[in-house]
Amino acid sequence: MTIAKLALENGMVFTGTAFGATGESTGEVVFNTSMTGYQEILTDPSYFGQIVTMTYPLIGNYGINRVDCESAKPWLSGFVCRELARRVSNYRHTQKLEDYLADSGIIGLQGVDTRSIVLATRTQGAMKGILSTTDLDDASLVKKAKASLGLVGRDLAREVMPAKITEWSQINEEEWQPEVLHNSEKPSRPLHVVAMDFGMKWNIARCLAEIGCQVTVVPGSTPADEILARKPDGVFLSNGPGDPEPLDYAITTIRKLVGEKPIFGICLGHQLLGQALGGKTFKLKFGHRGANQPVLNHRSGRVEITTQNHGFAVDVKSLPSDVEATHVNLNDQTLEGLHHRTLPVFSVQYHPEASAGPHDSMYLFNEFIAKMKSENKKSPAHAG
Amino acid sequence: MPKRTDIKTILIIGSGPIIIGQACEFDYSGSQACKALREEGYSIVLVNSNPATIMTDPEFSDRTYIEPLTVDVLEKIIAKERPDVLLPTLGGQTALNLGFDLERAGILKKYGVEMIGATADVIERAEGREQFKKTVESLNLELPRSAIVRTMDEARAARDLIGLPCVLRPAFTMGGTGGGIAYNRDEYDDIIERGLELSPVHEVLVEESVIGWKEFEMEVMRDHADNVVIVCAIENFDPMGVHTGDSITVAPAQTLTDKEYQRMRDASLAIIRAIGVETGGSNIQFAIDPATGRMVVIEMNPRVSRSSALASKATGFPIAKIAAKLAVGYRLDEINNDITRETPACFEPTIDYVVTKVPRFTFEKFPGASITLTTSMKSIGEAMAIGRTFKESLQKALRSMETGHFGLGCSRGDRFGTSRAPDRDEIISKLVTPNPYRIWAIRYGMLQGMTVEEIHEKSLIDPWFLQNMKDLVDFEVEKLRPIQRIEDATPEILKEAKSLGYSDRQLSYLWDVPEFEIRRRRKELGIQPTFRLVDTCAAEFEAYTPYYYSTYDTLDEVKIEPGRKRVMILGGGPNRIGQGIEFDYCCCHAAYALREEGYESIMVNSNPETVSTDYDTSDRLFFEPLTVEDVLNIYERVKPDGVIVQFGGQTPLNLARALEAAGVPIIGTSPESIDLAEDRDRFQALLRRIGLRQPENGIARDATTARQIAQQIGYPVLVRPSYVLGGRAMKIVYDDAELAEYVDKAIYASPDQSLLIDKFLEDATEVDVDALSDGERSIVCGVMEHIEEAGIHSGDSACALPPYSLSKEMIAEIKRQAYALARELKVIGLMNIQFAIKDGQIYVLEVNPRASRTVPFVSKATGIPIPKLAAKVMLGKTLDDLGIKEEPWPKHISVKESCFPFVRFPGVDIILGPEMRSTGEVMGVDKDFAMAFAKSQLAVKTVLPKSGKIFMSFADRDKEAGAALASQFQQLGFEILSTPGTAKIFRDHGVSVTQIFKVQQGRPNIIDYMKNDQVRLIVNTPSGPGAHEDERKIRAEAVARGVACVTTISAARVVVHAIKAMQSGEMEVKALQDWYSEAKS
Repeated sequence: MTIAKLALENGMVFTGTAFGATGESTGEVVFNTSMTGYQEILTDPSYFGQIVTMTYPLIGNYGINRVDCESAKPWLSGFVCRELARRVSNYRHTQKLEDYLADSGIIGLQGVDTRSIVLATRTQGAMKGILSTTDLDDASLVKKAKASLGLVGRDLAREVMPAKITEWSQINEEEWQPEVLHNSEKPSRPLHVVAMDFGMKWNIARCLAEIGCQVTVVPGSTPADEILARKPDGVFLSNGPGDPEPLDYAITTIRKLVGEKPIFGICLGHQLLGQALGGKTFKLKFGHRGANQPVLNHRSGRVEITTQNHGFAVDVKSLPSDVEATHVNLNDQTLEGLHHRTLPVFSVQYHPEASAGPHDSMYLFNEFIAKMKSENKKSPAHAG
Repeated sequence: MPKRTDIKTILIIGSGPIIIGQACEFDYSGSQACKALREEGYSIVLVNSNPATIMTDPEFSDRTYIEPLTVDVLEKIIAKERPDVLLPTLGGQTALNLGFDLERAGILKKYGVEMIGATADVIERAEGREQFKKTVESLNLELPRSAIVRTMDEARAARDLIGLPCVLRPAFTMGGTGGGIAYNRDEYDDIIERGLELSPVHEVLVEESVIGWKEFEMEVMRDHADNVVIVCAIENFDPMGVHTGDSITVAPAQTLTDKEYQRMRDASLAIIRAIGVETGGSNIQFAIDPATGRMVVIEMNPRVSRSSALASKATGFPIAKIAAKLAVGYRLDEINNDITRETPACFEPTIDYVVTKVPRFTFEKFPGASITLTTSMKSIGEAMAIGRTFKESLQKALRSMETGHFGLGCSRGDRFGTSRAPDRDEIISKLVTPNPYRIWAIRYGMLQGMTVEEIHEKSLIDPWFLQNMKDLVDFEVEKLRPIQRIEDATPEILKEAKSLGYSDRQLSYLWDVPEFEIRRRRKELGIQPTFRLVDTCAAEFEAYTPYYYSTYDTLDEVKIEPGRKRVMILGGGPNRIGQGIEFDYCCCHAAYALREEGYESIMVNSNPETVSTDYDTSDRLFFEPLTVEDVLNIYERVKPDGVIVQFGGQTPLNLARALEAAGVPIIGTSPESIDLAEDRDRFQALLRRIGLRQPENGIARDATTARQIAQQIGYPVLVRPSYVLGGRAMKIVYDDAELAEYVDKAIYASPDQSLLIDKFLEDATEVDVDALSDGERSIVCGVMEHIEEAGIHSGDSACALPPYSLSKEMIAEIKRQAYALARELKVIGLMNIQFAIKDGQIYVLEVNPRASRTVPFVSKATGIPIPKLAAKVMLGKTLDDLGIKEEPWPKHISVKESCFPFVRFPGVDIILGPEMRSTGEVMGVDKDFAMAFAKSQLAVKTVLPKSGKIFMSFADRDKEAGAALASQFQQLGFEILSTPGTAKIFRDHGVSVTQIFKVQQGRPNIIDYMKNDQVRLIVNTPSGPGAHEDERKIRAEAVARGVACVTTISAARVVVHAIKAMQSGEMEVKALQDWYSEAKS
């Protein structure tokens, strides 16, 4: 049993036992309220630079399986829970959580009062922290936490985006394909989507592929002319970690793409699009991370229960008049979706691809398809 | 969409008496709905036959009908009140079925009543087997494979399709007779052959067996705008094959990946939409094959349920309240989450703790009943516990059960290490066949070295749950047991033990020190629980509703407002026979009284079904086990000015002494007085002092003394262990041999207990009195005359208020004695007295200086909220302060009748005795006693015939009285059937009789008559000690066929009057509000 400690910049120190890797790691300490889906959360590149605390106390119950990954490896800086399961029970599991984390070099901490971490975060905002099995001196840890780099102003996406361009090939196994994706007619030919990858969750690409898209995944740093040269039917802007502001290169690219192609953005992609369209982003006190966030779709009048993972948001007041706020978070009234009033350009702050989380918003992928189709009709040159 | 403005009056139907499968949870849902809808300005008409409910309090609705729940009665109420809509989804299956029947009978259409929440079509799609199957399959979802077969050939084809093992159910056989599980081809053919023969329509349903699969429940809500949310997912510890009400269940789901969970969520959304539940809550059950992940849909309830009550308490999301608001047109996003205030109810709660529910069984009350758990529910109650881990919540739930266990083993009920430790064979048999003791068998197995794999193989319980138990057993064996003395327990071990949910009592058992030593040591080391909020959101938002549970973590979330007066109320814990909704009713009233008097009310309870554990009922709610340790922890944290123990039944009374010793201020009647009333010797001395009589009696600790006492006072005698609840193990014995047998058993069961022996007063009239006293003055709130004679447990007997046969003088004398007792016992608050009257002489049978089971009935009968007044008295008000001058004496008659769970326990004899066995009660009200009684019978579904054949058979001593009765029935136009012995006496008395064979002696006999629906009423008194086999068969058949069966002469006499009243007049309905205003005029 290895002792591990989590120290926050406000001086709080939590002592528990380590699982997974040993060592030391810093990051912004955040919490996620999903009761299921730790594997998806671990492998979501948007958590790069963060130490994730699960509010649900019992973690590891169903192990790790081969299918439920959102990227090739866990990206986060550390993983904290109340109690790690001693036995895994699930017909699909292939590995125990602690072994997976050990293989991936991620430090896990269990046996700490996670609710106290959440309460501190809620009242004081997301804080910098450090997780260590090597240095167990409280004062030293707090000092290191304070000295660590925060998220603000850093281009974290650059660190997680792919190095080269690839063609996407996988889709979900049939039993895990949500019914709602298949409600719309499939396009007669595959629609070509270029996905700008800032740390994209695989399920986004899987969903696009499932409904009939040919997805080319390009690094988020790819310039606009290179993207347009591939003659896509639409461009997708992915999620990714951290602060959108330093990603000026991406914002420039998106500005050039607006008006050229239908665009759909998710999460960081939404924030980048918001900036490209003239809006501003700001850091939320402690962000939205979980699978139960209610979002009202102004257009349909319905509420969607959504998966979210973001610490920054687009300020609804900063939106220029040619951009419509289409979705709002019912918990705190922050902007959850926007749509250009005249162009086929839209985005949501939350994760319609779910994983982990509810499938209420998958219709957005169908809307993207519909936009690409109707643009193709307008300019038949692209067709065929 | 805001609320509907085209509606003014809403009819809500309650669920009737508490029965197995329908308990307090529907009082919780119904009263929430009444409150929520009245807040919206609607006028509410409520119908429920159960007087022990909060929802039937007259302030909860505009018009309150305590009337039988039948289509005819409902039509009368609808005709009178002309509601705009009917909301049938909050009163359990009873209300849903009634709504459906009213619709199908054309009554709703006739009076222009719209059904909201669920329409008849929805009910049919959800509840009709074929329609449900069709709907679900159209969604590309699976149900267990099934086929209906009519021939052996069809059966073989079905077998190939479905595979073995499979479940076989012959259609339309009583209680599933002839069905079973076939594991091989021979067995399959045998059961099919027999089933086809037994089924009156010659059909057998062949169904794929999903026994042993993982079982899940989803609580779903939908609004008019088609917003759908999942409130809670529940995973069953006991896999498929055990009714979910009898299963240990856990929230949230533990062993599903997100993909698997979302698949189930998608299916739930699709089903609620396809079934067409437009608004409200539904419960959908799923099974998952643990080996392949294949998911099948089991069933759906298009209404709130026991599980939704559990889900509400588990998450803080008030399903029934929201369902009511959705039914009148609100959308989920238009309703705020009470707990966070700023966020909407349109979300899915996330919890950061684990909730475990454990069912409470009472098989000891039904000797002869099979303890095997099946798909038919048998448990009477349940407790829920909240902990940060499954281990902690399981231990807390187990110690909430009040079965002598204070966690997983290591307390009085633990057989490990004793001479009664089970052997491997017993353990295995208890693992293989589901039963109430399986949880203990798992632990014993582990202590004997069985692995998680082995136990899983036998029980099919998920290894994840078993591993958690194994973690506890390992900790016990490796860390706790090696400690010899408490001083050797390191702070780390103590802290870990508490964090794993171990109670001080368990540690004291293991280390052989008094419980308080553990507490002292713990506090010395600063190991104290922290109280945490149930907030629907895992602390993401600030919570404003003080709903807490305890755990051993680092930060306490209780905020105390300084200077505020506060009082703590201890609730009743899990429902049992003899301890149920009545006490919850009293506890809620105590909370209301505290609020009215400006005190902060603090509720402590562990029963998730109840109104008392609604966070709206009190100012603070602690969902905690009712043990000395847990209550003291709360006491020390919130420091109330007083604690109320006299409202929660026996549960809090059992704690009173220890709490008082720990310095807790008990308000109201002192524990000393309570003890005085319960201590035989002291009480006897008291009665002598004030010149009251009691049946001759004595106390014995061994067989010899017992015999001496019995012989001295003369048989028959009533024997029982001291300190019992609900007449547990109480028996009337007629001779030395019977006594010896009883004493043997009793001493074996609990060697430390003494036996109380009373002269049994045969054919005496029993009277119950509830009184209220402020310490100076007392009033009698109700005098209830029992229908059945003394000797039948008062909880099982029917009774009338006011008395129907007692003289004015007798009543005056009863009251005088009641006042004297209240004064002598220094009662502050409530007191219940049981008297017996024989030959004009009054005997005191029992005095309980606390709220009794009859308090809600008396409150409803008189229109006076007795427990609320009692609570105010306990806060220091006098009866004068409260403006109470006169004693209530209503002009109308209210009859309370009990209802019994015999239909769930085939083979158990229905004869009433001193051991209480009823689960619930109803009330019939009329200006005429006979009609009030008739209503009460109708309300418990005892259908008294107006004409036809009656079978009468009497014990020898009753034959004379029986003849008089027979003659009266004859005058009412009934044909009397009797067996030769009784028939002869009847003839001698000039009654003409159709003589039929005794059961063993020829045919057709009475069983044949019942099977042919030719007899409508059985009057059968048991022939003395050791009921006759024939009689048992007759009564069992009557229960199975729903033929009214009367087993006492006293009840039969009243039945004659009731039938006469029914023959000569229509049953009329009247709201309580009208009865009360008439009483005042």
